[in-house]
Amino acid sequence: MTDNIYKILENEKIASKTYRMVLGGDTGGIKNCGQFVNIRLEGFYLRRPISVCDYDEKTLTLIYKTVGNGTEFMSTLPVGSELDILVGLGNGFDVSKSGETPLLVGGGVGLPPMYNLCKKLVEAGKRPTVILGFKTQDEVFYEEEFSALGANVIVVTEDGSKGEKGMVTDVIPSLSYSYFYACGPMAMLKAMAKIMKSEGEYSFEQRMGCGFGACMGCSCKTKNGFKRICREGPVLSSEEIIWEEM
Amino acid sequence: MADSRLKTTLCGIELDNPVIPTSGTFGYGWEFAELYDINELGTFSFKGTTIEERFGNPTPRIAETTSGIVNSIGLQNPGVDKVISEELPKLKKCFHKKVMANVSGFCLDDYVRAIEKLDKSEMSDMIGWFEVNISCPNISCGGMSIGTDPKASYETIKAVREITKKPIIAKLTPNVTDIVPIAKACEEGGADGISLINCLFGMRIDLRTKKPIIANKVGGYSGPATYPIALRLVYQCYDAVKIPIVGMGGVSSADNVIEMMLAGATAVGVGAMNLVDPMICKKIIEDLPATMDKYGIDNLSDIIGGAH
Repeated sequence: MTDNIYKILENEKIASKTYRMVLGGDTGGIKNCGQFVNIRLEGFYLRRPISVCDYDEKTLTLIYKTVGNGTEFMSTLPVGSELDILVGLGNGFDVSKSGETPLLVGGGVGLPPMYNLCKKLVEAGKRPTVILGFKTQDEVFYEEEFSALGANVIVVTEDGSKGEKGMVTDVIPSLSYSYFYACGPMAMLKAMAKIMKSEGEYSFEQRMGCGFGACMGCSCKTKNGFKRICREGPVLSSEEIIWEEM
Repeated sequence: MADSRLKTTLCGIELDNPVIPTSGTFGYGWEFAELYDINELGTFSFKGTTIEERFGNPTPRIAETTSGIVNSIGLQNPGVDKVISEELPKLKKCFHKKVMANVSGFCLDDYVRAIEKLDKSEMSDMIGWFEVNISCPNISCGGMSIGTDPKASYETIKAVREITKKPIIAKLTPNVTDIVPIAKACEEGGADGISLINCLFGMRIDLRTKKPIIANKVGGYSGPATYPIALRLVYQCYDAVKIPIVGMGGVSSADNVIEMMLAGATAVGVGAMNLVDPMICKKIIEDLPATMDKYGIDNLSDIIGGAH
């Protein structure tokens, strides 16, 4: 974890209520894909936790949805302004467990952390399939970006306005995969838990106070004891999750 | 190198400076050591510890407010045995000062047993003070139900006073009509100090779901908006008791620390702000000398209760 100042290099709408923010600054604190950052915003007391979509040595890419006053405010910030951000929070995904043909499932703004994960898997010579799940076509983003990484991409919309019609769980049964990684709404994760045929990892969201383990606001019960979503999570392995407790 | 102008003495133990991260906002300390050298602090009060391991209340248990946070953690902690065997050994590697051990319970016996275990453990040397939390708003019995009753406060403090030689600091709740009788009861019970304030009762409702955000519906409100309330209560208690006060509640700057000391605090807790800016205590300590210069203060220990 490090606390740094970042300059906004880009802050653009890429889909319905969905923005991409590219930030310039030291990303040395980020240790793993699937980690998140916690952003301090002028006029808001608590920071806003946002998952990392992609990063290199000098830039950080976040994709966020305007779901409340904080993220609405974020979407108005001009290029060139600066943000105080805690980076390198949480555990992230375990890339070493992927096997040759991992399945990546991202629902809505659960999709962004799958991008850097997908990149790392492709770099490691794996052949990932990515399911991009949305409600409707206006919300769809990053289809081309995932294709450009070399992944097998499947778009699913609930209303069928783009790609396959239905839920991600309608598509998954026909696929074969060595392992899986998922991030999205709780209902999607719980539905997946009933049908997945391999072990895998789920990334969770919870209301957080600090984002780095101090307040214990976001704890959950697992088979491996109490875990803080912000510190021992947000990624939990499928074997350790007690779904009734999530 | 510690600036001697910042020194203060809390219940016979000298602190390099008055800044103390409050219980529940600083874990067991070692979590923050990856960000800065926590020996720069005066001390800190570790996470409220109970006799048994606790998960606490159901989630969500955090809600933001305009100027603070409502929490209903409910004293999640690994239990006193694991604190002794796991947390304190980790802390010992990065902290060489005396720590304040915050202890909570659901009945008198819980407090006695937890303090007894810590006091007699091999980690006892690390502990400078026991902070007795008779003010937790997030548990159904014990906690605040003790701290809102002078008689129960007196009995609890008296019982724990008899089992340790270390200073006992009673942590008080602001959720009372008059805090003075409680503060006096703790003093009569043998407390060496009092700390205040714990959280105010508060809540938030989600406009989209139209239901309380927090699963427990209500929780403890802390943050900058509580500062003037805390300041007033510290000011009132300073007139009422002779024992030292640890002033806390919304403290977020060096200015706030000085003001709290003028009201009567010997040392000053910083709570919610640690969750927003994990570097805040270090920054406040670094800001103190220049802030003192600005207001013509030579030594912080000279200004305690100066506003009276």
